[in-house]
Amino acid sequence: MDASEVRTSIAEVLATIAPEVDLAAIDAAAPLRDQIDLDSMDFLNLIVGLHERLHIDIPESDYARLVTLDDLMSYVGAKLQ
Amino acid sequence: MIEFKLPSLGADMDRGRLLEWRIKPGDAVKRGDVVAVVDTSKAAIDVEIWQDGIVDALLLQPGDDVPVGTPMLTLLGAAVPITGAAEVRASSAPATAAAPPPPSPPRPFASSAAAAASDHRRRISPAARKRAEELGIALERVSGTGPDGAVTLEDVQRAAAPKLQAATLEERLSAMRQTIAAAMARSKREIPHYYLATQVPLERATEWMLRVNAERPVTARILLAALVIKAAALAARRYPEVNGFYRDGAFHPSPDVNVGIAISLRQGGLVAPGLLAADTKSVDEIMASLSDLVKRTRAFSLRASELSQPTLTLTNLGDQGVELVHGVIYPPQVALIGFGKPTRQAWVEGNALRLIPVATATLAADHRVSDGHRGALFLAHLRDLLQAPEKL
Repeated sequence: MDASEVRTSIAEVLATIAPEVDLAAIDAAAPLRDQIDLDSMDFLNLIVGLHERLHIDIPESDYARLVTLDDLMSYVGAKLQ
Repeated sequence: MIEFKLPSLGADMDRGRLLEWRIKPGDAVKRGDVVAVVDTSKAAIDVEIWQDGIVDALLLQPGDDVPVGTPMLTLLGAAVPITGAAEVRASSAPATAAAPPPPSPPRPFASSAAAAASDHRRRISPAARKRAEELGIALERVSGTGPDGAVTLEDVQRAAAPKLQAATLEERLSAMRQTIAAAMARSKREIPHYYLATQVPLERATEWMLRVNAERPVTARILLAALVIKAAALAARRYPEVNGFYRDGAFHPSPDVNVGIAISLRQGGLVAPGLLAADTKSVDEIMASLSDLVKRTRAFSLRASELSQPTLTLTNLGDQGVELVHGVIYPPQVALIGFGKPTRQAWVEGNALRLIPVATATLAADHRVSDGHRGALFLAHLRDLLQAPEKL
C-alpha cells in the first residue's frame, strides 16, 4: 500500500467520524486533533476504524506519537510494511 | 383498556411529530418495546411503551404534530396467562374483569400461506385491489380503515405515500438552539446555583487504564470518561440530594442514578441523553453504553427514556478542552458535574513533589435542595473513588 492509499484510508475513516472534514485543508505537519476537533472518543473511533479497515493494531502506548497527519500516515505505512 | 400517551421527552420539549408506527393493531407489546418514532428538535426519538399488552387502536397518523400527553394508542391488558395466586384472585373477581384472551388458533399453514389465507378473508375494495396491483403494494401490509377493517382505495394510497422524513439538519439545529435557550434561561432564572471545585489527582486512574488497555484489543479499550461516569454515579448514590428532580416546589430524589452525558454535536448544539442506571453498571458496560450513546446522539437517534430520565448531568471536557467549567443545571435536575481536561501538574503528597496528571472536578448544585457542605462531601467522595479505579 503506497502513501496515497494510506491517506485515502485515513480520509475514509475520518469521514465516518467527522464528515465535514476536508483532508486537503489540513496542515499535515500541525497537530491533527486541534485542527478538526477530535475528542478522545473520536480519536478512539479513528484507531478502531483503522484497525477494522487495515487490520493493524495500534497500542495505546503509541497514541502519543500520533500527533499530526504526517505522524499518522508514516506510522500506519510502517505498520503495513 | 389503557391509553398510552406521548411521554415527556425532557423538560424542554413539549411537542413531537409522529414519523412512523413500529407496531399495528393486534400486536403484542412488552414494556420497553419501541412502538413509534417521534421527531423532535433533538433527535428522531424511539418511543418505548411502559407496559405489556395488545395494541388495540392507533390514535395518531404519521405526520401529526402533537403536545406531550396526547393519547397515542390504546392497549388491551397483558396477554400473559395469569397463574398461581393471581389466578385465585382472578377467579373470584367479578364477571366484568377482563377474561384472558382465547388461545390463538393453531396455524396449519406455512406463514406465507397463512398470510394469503388471511388476505382472502379480508375485505378489500376492487378499486383498492386494482391500485395495489398497479403500485406493486403487498395488500397484507396495508391496514384497513373501511367498514369491518376493509381496505379502501385511500388506505392503499396512504401506504404508497413516501415515508415521512425526519427534520433536516438545519431545521434541527435551529430548533435545538431554541430548546437549549429555553432550558438554560429557565435554569438561570429559577435555580439558585452554587459552585464548588476540587483538584482530582489522576495518576492511579491513568496508570490503571494504561495497564488494562495494553492487554485489550483496540475495540475493547476504555476511556477515562467511563471511570468518571461510574465514580460520579456512585457518589450520587451516597449523596442523594444531587440526584433527582425539583418539581412543584419540592425536591424528589431519584432511586435510580441516570447520568446525563453532555454530548456536543459537530455542527454545534448539545444533547445530554441519560446513561441509565450508571451506578449499577460495570466500567466496561458504561464504556459500551457511552460509545453507543455518542454514536446515536450524533446520528440524531435516541430513545424517549434517555431524554426524559437523566437525574443529574455530567459534562466531561475531555483531553482537548479547558480545565474548568461552571455548569448550568439542566432543569428539573438539581446538579451538574463538570470534569476538566487533565493536565500534568506539580503535586505535593506528604513531603514529596511529583509531576502527575490532575483534573478539576466542579459541581454546580441547586441551593434550594442542598448546601455547600454536602456538595463538598459529594465532590470529595467523587475524587476519592477515582483513587481506587480498580474498585469502580
